[in-house]
Formats: sequence, C-alpha cells, structure tokens
Amino acid sequence: MTTAPDTPLFDRYAELLRTETPVALATIIEGDQTGAKLLVTTDGAEPLGTLGHPDLDRVVARDAIAELEAARSGVRSYGPEGQTTPEDLIDQPTIRVFVESHAPPPQMWIFGAVDFTAALARVAKILGYRVTVCDAREVFATKRRFPMADAVRVTWPTPIFDELGAELGPRDAVCILTHDPKFDVPAVQGALATRVGYIGVMGSRKTHDKRMERLTEVGVDDDGFNRLMSPIGLDLGARTPEETAVSICAEIIARRTGKGVPSLRDASGPIHS
Amino acid sequence: MKDLLPDIERWRRDGERIAVARVVDIEGSGPRLPGAAMAVTESGEVAGSVSGGCVEGAVVGEALSILDGTTKPRVVTFGYSDDEAFAVGLTCGGTIHLFIEELAW
Repeated sequence: MTTAPDTPLFDRYAELLRTETPVALATIIEGDQTGAKLLVTTDGAEPLGTLGHPDLDRVVARDAIAELEAARSGVRSYGPEGQTTPEDLIDQPTIRVFVESHAPPPQMWIFGAVDFTAALARVAKILGYRVTVCDAREVFATKRRFPMADAVRVTWPTPIFDELGAELGPRDAVCILTHDPKFDVPAVQGALATRVGYIGVMGSRKTHDKRMERLTEVGVDDDGFNRLMSPIGLDLGARTPEETAVSICAEIIARRTGKGVPSLRDASGPIHS
Repeated sequence: MKDLLPDIERWRRDGERIAVARVVDIEGSGPRLPGAAMAVTESGEVAGSVSGGCVEGAVVGEALSILDGTTKPRVVTFGYSDDEAFAVGLTCGGTIHLFIEELAW
C-alpha cells in the first residue's frame, strides 16, 4: 500500500462544507488537465487552486458563483483560455468542467407554535431546510418544545420580516399555521413583501374565507392571492400533524417542479372528508 | 459529499488511499442528482452512493483500478446506451455520467 497523499484543497473544502459555508468546487473532467480544481467561495476571497490558465480560472469562478446562487451543479464547456462563445470555440479543444455547488440550505419559517409545527419542522429537516419557528407567545415558542428547529423566535410577524425578510428567496418557504387572523394577516403581508418561493396558510375553508376577506381589506391584490397556498397542503386527506406536514412539504416540492398535483387551494368542500 | 466526510476522515487517519466518484450528469430518469458522491478505499470499503444501488458494484471496480494506476481519472457512463447495459445498467432506464478520481488534491 502506498502512502495516502496530502489533500490541502480537500481539507479546506471539507471545512467549508462542515460549517455550511457556500462553496463551489470546479473540476476539469475532460481536457488536458483532467482533475485540476478551483475552489470558489462567495466572500470575495481569491479562489484556491487552478484549472491551468488564469483566464479560464476567472471565467469559471464567475460561472461557479452564478451556479452557487442558483444551487445548481452541472457540467459546462470552455476553451482552454475560458472561451465560451461558439465562434471562439471553433478549432479549439473543449474543456469540460463539473461545477459542484454547495449552497446554504433553503429556509423554512413556520409561524405558530402548535403540534403541526413540530411535525412540519421534523419533515422539513429531513428535506434539508433550516427551520425557524416563530410565535408571539413566550410560553409556547420554546426550544424545548421544538428541539428540531434551528431557531425559535418569540416575535410577532412584522418585526422578523422587517429584520430578516430580505434573506428569503425562491428556494425558501413561509408556512403560517397560526389560523388566528391577528397573526395570519401580518404574516401573509410580511411574506408577500419578500421574494420567498412558497407561502402556505393553514385553516379550514371557513377560516380561509374569513382570512381572504381580511386580506382584501388590508389591500392584498390578485397577484398576492396567486402566491398564497391557502388552505395549505396537497389534497391528500391528511389528518394527523405528521400527515399534514407531509402534505405541506409535498406541495412545496410540487410547486417547485410544476407538477399538476391537486392542492387544497384548488379543491372545494371540507378538508377532512 | 458532506455525508461522506466522517468516513473519509476516518480512512485518512488510517492512511488509506481513497477514490471518489461523483455524478456529473444524468440523462432521462436518474435516481441521484449531479453532485451525489461515493468514496471507495484501497481495501474496498465504501461510503455514499451514486444511484439506487444499480451501479455501485461496478463503481467499486472502476475506483480500485484508478487507485492501482490501471486507469486514469475519467468520466464513466452507465446506462442502457452502452454495451455493458445488462451487466451494470440502471433499472430506471436512465444514463448517468460519473467522474472518478483519486482523492489527492
């Protein structure tokens, strides 16, 4: 057995993965320098390693940051000096580079510290979300009740959206389980003011109808209503908190993939029939 | 890859050489997305997976031949389109492209 080689680039990469720091690893998978690597972070630091030419490094680093922001991994083709336009690539050997992205985990904010919250937080953790539970009631919003959550915040919706709403993007989700209008309405308004990809709001058909009236009163328009999944979840006939959690997470997946599976929003009649 | 770190670190402490196979591309139906990884040691220990269990056996062989110097780091393709389909094809009918190399960087 020969000795194991030193792995300085891998060691740095492993450290970034462990601390959940966004990082992209670019590897030449076809070309003269197969195996050459460039490790790219979003903090503005110089990339580590090299793919063999400074211009290629520069172009790949730029593309890797874009891939990282979209949480996408895949293969891209370049000329030996980073050329990307088809004219520049004629009669040039092609270098194929695999960019492996490690984006920060998507976030799920859950409003309302209820039994459904604990189940949803568990299922969301399985799917890789960073979960924040929010409730204005100090007695209910405790880490002890939601040990699976990454953060538990005693707060009304408006302050947390003001503070952190700008962090939310298309991969993230806001689930409003309070079914209490004095909490739901500001939570929906807060969520609609962000770029969050999924907004689901819990409640019976009756609660839903009342909520829609109140939201209309505060000025939510059709574009806003189109973004709301209310009542939250797929029409699975879910009953328990755990089944409901699965129906919510399944709806989030279906919205992302664009599959035409039936949501409760688009059905009518009692939810538990 | 993150899931593999504890095993990889343990093996490295033991002075083992390691090959890593990563899914770089899939066509049609494929069970694991690009970035899914599997690590194989010289002594044949395995961590992680790159498919639903269809091609892992063949990947171990490829990984060992990289560690013993028989083959160079390269892209290996598994799927119905290649001649070995019946030996190591994906039951889902898709094609996966893996990049396999030694962990020496």
